[in-house]
Amino acid sequence: MQAEAAALELRGITKRFGPVVANDGIDFDLRPGEVHALLGENGAGKSTLMSILYGLYSPTEGEIRVNGELVEVDSPSRAIDLGIGMVHQHFMLVPVMTVTENIVLGEEPRRGALLDVREGARRVKELSDRYGLAVDPNAVIEQVSVGMQQRVEILKTLYRDARILILDEPTAVLTAQETSELFEVLRALKKDGVSIVFISHKLNEVLEISDRVTVLRRGKRIDTVPTEGATEQSLARLMVGRDVLLRVEKAKGRPGEPTLEVEDLHVRDERGLEAVKGVSMTVREGEIVALAGVDGNGQLELVQAIAGVRAPEAGHVSIGGHDVSGLGVRATTEAGVAHIPEDRHLCGLVLDFTLAENLALREYRSPPISNHGLLSLGQMKERARALLKEYDVRGGEPDTLASSLSGGNQQKVAVAREIASNPKLLIAHQPTRGLDVGAIEFVHGRLLRERENGRGVLLVSLEFEEIRALADRILVIYEGQIVGEFPPDVSEEDLGVAMTGGGRAAA
Amino acid sequence: MSATEEPEVLAQTPASRLAGYLRGGGVIVPVMTTLLAFIAGGLVMLVTGKDPIATYEAIWKGTGLQWLFPWTTGADRDLAASNLQQTLIITTPLILTGLAVAFAFRAGLFNIGGNGQYIVGSIAAVWVGSSFAGMPSVLHILLAILAACAAGAFWAGIAGFLKATTGAHEVISTIMLNYIALWLGVWLFSLDGPLQNEAQKSIPVSEDVVEGAKLPVFWGDPVLQGLHIGLFIALFAVIVFWVLLNRSTIGYEVRAVGFNPEAARYSGMSVGKNYFLVMAVCGLFAGLAGAIDVLGWQFRIATNDLPIVYFGFIGIAVALLGRNTAIGTVAAALLFGALYSGTSQRNLDPTIFEPSLASNLTFIIQGLVILIVSADVLVLAIIARGRGIFRRDRTAPAPAAEPEP
Repeated sequence: MQAEAAALELRGITKRFGPVVANDGIDFDLRPGEVHALLGENGAGKSTLMSILYGLYSPTEGEIRVNGELVEVDSPSRAIDLGIGMVHQHFMLVPVMTVTENIVLGEEPRRGALLDVREGARRVKELSDRYGLAVDPNAVIEQVSVGMQQRVEILKTLYRDARILILDEPTAVLTAQETSELFEVLRALKKDGVSIVFISHKLNEVLEISDRVTVLRRGKRIDTVPTEGATEQSLARLMVGRDVLLRVEKAKGRPGEPTLEVEDLHVRDERGLEAVKGVSMTVREGEIVALAGVDGNGQLELVQAIAGVRAPEAGHVSIGGHDVSGLGVRATTEAGVAHIPEDRHLCGLVLDFTLAENLALREYRSPPISNHGLLSLGQMKERARALLKEYDVRGGEPDTLASSLSGGNQQKVAVAREIASNPKLLIAHQPTRGLDVGAIEFVHGRLLRERENGRGVLLVSLEFEEIRALADRILVIYEGQIVGEFPPDVSEEDLGVAMTGGGRAAA
Repeated sequence: MSATEEPEVLAQTPASRLAGYLRGGGVIVPVMTTLLAFIAGGLVMLVTGKDPIATYEAIWKGTGLQWLFPWTTGADRDLAASNLQQTLIITTPLILTGLAVAFAFRAGLFNIGGNGQYIVGSIAAVWVGSSFAGMPSVLHILLAILAACAAGAFWAGIAGFLKATTGAHEVISTIMLNYIALWLGVWLFSLDGPLQNEAQKSIPVSEDVVEGAKLPVFWGDPVLQGLHIGLFIALFAVIVFWVLLNRSTIGYEVRAVGFNPEAARYSGMSVGKNYFLVMAVCGLFAGLAGAIDVLGWQFRIATNDLPIVYFGFIGIAVALLGRNTAIGTVAAALLFGALYSGTSQRNLDPTIFEPSLASNLTFIIQGLVILIVSADVLVLAIIARGRGIFRRDRTAPAPAAEPEP
């Protein structure tokens, strides 16, 4: 196996963005028919490296060899010519076009001057059958599931004869079922000699699908190890550079007075349908209450109603005894609610603002950040500097734009802002989604510390591990109703049954 | 979609996306944009058989900007001074209408209504300025200016209010309001209209602004349209714009709403209130422009002047070229002001280029600027070609890369 020429070889790749070194002399090789995982924290340089390989950036230094031949990849079309295909985290599909149209886009089979739709569909069908990629060639993209959209992206690369496939965080958008289907496809591709770069920070998936793992940390290659013999613990250590607590230690809780009381709350969703149907619940000081449920069962609307973003249809929300239902975000915030929203890009941060400006989003109206309507930039920056340090936000100064931080560090900024507002109730809606182990450990530690400090924490999560590690009580939400309450040592099976409606009778 | 790891610029509206472009690239891109527009204008002259170099030289002389150089002396200097006064008289309202568009841009809104806001401002100013004769001069001027600002703010506020309450798009509503303002003015000043001149019953024109309400001239001959103090009012407005936007909590909210309305909402800001407020402030700037022109050099409004008011529209080009910044707006306003006066009948040497054609040249250059600014990416690409890179490396260590679809 060693003697075989590598399908792909990167030597000494360095990429500088001004003073920032995103990739520092990275070596990477990919054997034919191998799944090679690229593992690293948010901002470790994985995506930059693959963008160089795909011709989106040109490297400052270093060389690329494909099948032993020195090449210069100066554009994605050159990469495609070389047999390199990339599936981005954010799909590049035209929503109103069909699966076939999307796949053949730019390489349309023609009959005379006309598009040969039938030939296109035939070839798509042939490819999808060969690798078990179940797609309907005539379905319109906006009407198919995320999993199928991803398969279309993979087909797009295969249609262009890709022999090297780069998958950037492919499982981030998939359900557990879709992930295992994806892995089946990857195995079929591998058997056919396609080489795959699998970018991820989910350790269990890397262990399951890859043959070798290369770990990047802060732009440098730390090590390349065979997957066989590696463990979650050993990979996490390579990634973060120290031992990581995959499971946080939790002291016994001392719940106090109720800080959040929700009474028979009804909330309508965007489409006017009743998404929350009479929820009553309590969160007390010094306890973490987890809201568990399959995504889309009313969690978002419930959280929005508590945080004041969405006016409830009926019912009451009280914070520390004050009724804030329907008063809006500002009054709710002033009553002591902090909210780490689910979608940090859309709701949590202003990406075009600097970090200092983002960190001031809660407190810009009061001294010392502003006086008589005039901002004090000095105070804003000073406060930001302290928070960035305390929350270990890397790669950013107070003047850095939020958009230039990696996802994990962006999330730390949102977490820092919310906790610094000194709330009575902290709502954390999927606070670790898309984060790497180091950042997850940090956020979990922070949430537990807030619990120690006597704040109430409402955690909304889809991750069983996270819920069990953090929660003092678990409430299960199903179709807009609380259908059960469990202690944190509940089994995954029992919780799963409740989450899919099986526990409704018991509640 | 869901889990997003790499940074990604979320474009909310075309206006905010454009605003995003306009922040990048510093001063080089607008300068290149202008140069390209001038080169293209030169080509137009060549094609039509004129000498571009001589024409641009004549336009340059017409602007009076050579007055700034100490080696311009004697009669040349006097002519230059008079020309420069004209340039600055036009620059003044352009600064303000530029601010009116720039402020909206920063909130992610596209204010096409500068023209209408300018017109209602000038109507209010001519009404107040021609009434209340005998009022103390300073008070009279202030009252006329305040009335114009209020009228402009109200006019633009309608569009902001509609956007905030019903979601009506501000581009459409401001365009419509332009027409309403225009025809409102025509009705007011036409024969037997409510505000038509009492003394000249046969001419569709407003009353004249009384002496006491005219802005004092501080440079040049007041009778020959010297430079009035409106320039300082406009420059003061620039400072207000800058402080409001960059140093006040209001501006902080405006920018937050402009970049990401959803995050602003989650932070407790009222997006609707901000839309209204922003449009009102824009209208205030444009209304002020109308007041300054009426009180500074027009002194009356004739109905046939109204349909050819264009300062509000040039404000769009000014804001785009000035990249929605305070200082950029001043520079861009001066450029357009110089172009207009440089190609005017009064200033351009007719033996080199007929002024009637030259003003069309100005329109061509203006159009090209808007076109090229809109194709800003193209200019960035041309610059990048030289350096072998394609992205704003300075600001973005790992920007979301958009590959060819």
